[in-house]
Amino acid sequence: MKVLYFAWLRERVGTGEEELSPPAGITTVAALIDWLSARSAGHARAFEQREVIRAAVNQDFAGPDDPVKPGDEVAFFPPVTGGRR
Amino acid sequence: MIRVQAGDFDIGAEIAALTNRKTHIGGVVTFTGLVRDFAGDAAVATMTLEHYPGMTERMLADIEAEANRRWPLDASLIVHRHGPLEPGDNIVLVITASAHRQAAFEAAEFLVDWLKTKAPFWKREAGPGGDRWVDAKAVDDAAAARWHK
Repeated sequence: MKVLYFAWLRERVGTGEEELSPPAGITTVAALIDWLSARSAGHARAFEQREVIRAAVNQDFAGPDDPVKPGDEVAFFPPVTGGRR
Repeated sequence: MIRVQAGDFDIGAEIAALTNRKTHIGGVVTFTGLVRDFAGDAAVATMTLEHYPGMTERMLADIEAEANRRWPLDASLIVHRHGPLEPGDNIVLVITASAHRQAAFEAAEFLVDWLKTKAPFWKREAGPGGDRWVDAKAVDDAAAARWHK
């Protein structure tokens, strides 16, 4: 599974991309966040404000209960701030 | 058409290319977003736009396709820049063209509102007070929500 981080999540994790093999029990976005949070202090800090974090699975916006599986591209990022008023 | 690029764009050249030989077009609307030199009370010296390559193009194409479903457009274009930008620089260009002006005006406004909430871009502003990531604005969500049917 390819996991991508953008903006301040990338800075806190310390990398923009990781190739990972989560255990078989990790089948949702929320479970993946739990698992990732335990990987390092940086990951924990990246995911500490979970309510503001957005996710995409295979480049489509996804919610906490949406499924993830081996081979997916899963991205985590803050709310988007393109072209501001 | 959609494009994501680091370099600047030439609005006149883009309009000319988009409308070339499409003589049934009666109106062209353009919106250009620029980097401002302020954000609230803070001065902004430079701004860096990070994006999600791949998903950005998909989201822009989806938004454009939705505008074409809702309005009878003869041509449309979204160009979005990324990377380091300075106050006064172009950020985003939206062009809509239709036989009649109303469709072009409405579709352009729709596209700009949706870009702000759907396109995966993140702004980092640098000024005298240091660097900071820009928070999403509730006002942008409200503007986009106007278009829910």
